Amino acid sequence: MASVEIRDVRKAFGATEVIHGVNIEIEDGAFVVLVGPSGCGKSTLLRMIAGLENITAGEIKIGDRVVNDVPPKERDIAMVFQNYALYPHMTVAANMAFSLKLRRAARAEVEARVKRAAEILGLVPYLDRYPRQLSGGQRQRVAMGRAIVRDPQVFLFDEPLSNLDAKLRVAMRTEIKELHQRLETTTVYVTHDQIEAMTMADTIVVMHDGIVEQIGTPLELYDRPDNLFVAGFIGSPAMNLVKGRIKANGKAAFTGPNGVQLPLASAPSHSEGRPVIYGIRPEHFTIADDGAEAEIVVVEPTGSETQVFAKLGGEEVVAVFRERHQFNPGDKIRLKPDPRLVHLFDEATGKRLNA
Amino acid sequence: MVDATIPTRRAVLAAESSAWDRLKSNRHWLGYWFMLPALLILFLFLAYPLGLGIWLSFTDAKIGRAGEFIGLENYEWLQGDSIFWTSIFNTLLYTIVASFIKFGAGLYLALLLNQHLPFKALIRSAILIPFIVPTVLSAIAFWWIYDTQFSIISWSLKKLGLIAINIDFLGDPNNARASTIFANIWRGVPFVAITLLAGLQTVSPSLYEAATLDGATRWQMFRHITYPLLTPIIAVVMTFSVLFTFTDFQLIWAMTRGGPVNATHLMATLSYQRAIIAGQLGEGAAIATAMIPFLLTAIMISWFGLQRRKWQQGENND
Ligand SMILES: Nc1ncnc2c1ncn2[C@@H]1O[C@H](COP(=O)(O)OP(=O)(O)OP(=O)(O)O)[C@@H](O)[C@H]1O
Ligand SMILES: [Mg+2]
Repeated sequence: MASVEIRDVRKAFGATEVIHGVNIEIEDGAFVVLVGPSGCGKSTLLRMIAGLENITAGEIKIGDRVVNDVPPKERDIAMVFQNYALYPHMTVAANMAFSLKLRRAARAEVEARVKRAAEILGLVPYLDRYPRQLSGGQRQRVAMGRAIVRDPQVFLFDEPLSNLDAKLRVAMRTEIKELHQRLETTTVYVTHDQIEAMTMADTIVVMHDGIVEQIGTPLELYDRPDNLFVAGFIGSPAMNLVKGRIKANGKAAFTGPNGVQLPLASAPSHSEGRPVIYGIRPEHFTIADDGAEAEIVVVEPTGSETQVFAKLGGEEVVAVFRERHQFNPGDKIRLKPDPRLVHLFDEATGKRLNA
Repeated sequence: MVDATIPTRRAVLAAESSAWDRLKSNRHWLGYWFMLPALLILFLFLAYPLGLGIWLSFTDAKIGRAGEFIGLENYEWLQGDSIFWTSIFNTLLYTIVASFIKFGAGLYLALLLNQHLPFKALIRSAILIPFIVPTVLSAIAFWWIYDTQFSIISWSLKKLGLIAINIDFLGDPNNARASTIFANIWRGVPFVAITLLAGLQTVSPSLYEAATLDGATRWQMFRHITYPLLTPIIAVVMTFSVLFTFTDFQLIWAMTRGGPVNATHLMATLSYQRAIIAGQLGEGAAIATAMIPFLLTAIMISWFGLQRRKWQQGENND
């Protein structure tokens, strides 16, 4: 096991730079998830840690060794690929044993390690099968088994669950998490699915267009997004973001489109009339007589909660209620955001304004 | 049940329509109708000549004279014919040596072309040239290259001071064998190389990345990933290569006509010489027929080589 340190790392393919100076510190034994929209450079960063891409500038350290010029096989990392990359002509057992065989490990040791990994992953009945004779979930487990037998310093996962169906994805999510708790190997996990990130990570790194937007625990990112991008990216349904201006004189408030008044607990200093974005999570609305009037557009009950899409001052917002209200499209309701849970962002820079 | 009505209707139909009508409209027969043209072509151009050839080998037919059945006499005669045995030896030597080298060189070229090279597309098409040029043309070119007086090889070596007199490429038996084998290799390598290259390109790059992380060296990647994944296509391409080489005729005929002293006579050229040049159709046919067991053996070997491997995608056969 080892820590991983990524310092000022940049990556350019030819003339186009796709990673613009990234700093991440990963503690020994941590489970870190890199999350971000497609094309933001997550895989590229992961492949640089693995040594499959060279590092254009900056430094990557595994343990206390700078690995920029260390070839992949000496970095002592194991990677699980999105398409699993199982060797089709080898049985499950041979797939898992391959790296050990290349290292000329003793036969008894190879067998013991493969057996242990197979037991952990429930693959014992399949050891003699070929990859094509396995289901998607089983293949995924073999790919993890191949990583586990190596007992590496760091596990790298590149969207390992994206080829699985929704139900299996949820099950494997838990399984990977349990595996990490059991093995305590430092893990870097890439996904574009924020739910996966929220449920699995000790620390989430949100990336966007080749830069890191924010690093923090899942709840930190949820409760206190540093900027508009993180606010919009983390959480489902996404945070409501409404454009408007601050009214600071007298009781602080926010004026949205078409003069909608929304409450603020306090306004940042010198902010009278400042153009801002007002963010409120769907579950932080309540129905109250002093709320702002909104017209219901769509009601989507999921059983445990009800999602209500409504027009608030002409803009569509979504609210989520645990209670079961009887709503119909066209109904007028009064929505009141909880002022303590409001997020304010600068309209120009997207930076968070309130504490 | 619904079925109950059908027999009676069938009976009515049968009574009303002739057998010919049914043949025209029945779905099962329709399939055979569609296959008929292909079947005719196969019969006319493959089965019939093959059957005729085998039949001729049991007769004493000559050009211009239909033969009579003489049983195994042609074969008995060939058994005592040392030229026939030489041609078998030559054919096996030619096939085995050329195929091994074609495989080695083809695989090497394929691996090379699979790398990132400047002008990759251009080089890939250039590789195909020997394969595209009509065989007889390349044979004539080789004929000049191997010429006793004007050989460019001899000329270059002399200019370099490496040899004093011209090499007798096609006049000396062993030189002639080597020279014809070389020409065959030159012609056959592109087919092997391009086919194997196509096979190489189906191997997912992520397998190599996984192997890199597993700690494989380049040689180990070839040995444990590339080669095993390529075996199905190797079996196909080498089957064809062996069959084409074994039955080669054009190159030899254009370059040496089997000479010197029959040193490069293959079974195909000997058969042609005896049957067409000398007019002994029966004997020539017997030589050609004698190739069949060898070809069948080659096909059997590759048939086992071509069996779907357990790991391959597709229908189960385990
Ligand atoms: N080999 C390459 N050559 C040129 N550009 C590349 C190469 N690989 C990736 N890129 C570019 O780098 C950027 C980041 O790609 P990357 O694969 O890291 O995205 P990602 O965050 O993993 O996205 P996804 O979620 O879709 O997998 C993309 O804009 C992509 O076009
Ligand atoms: Mg990716």
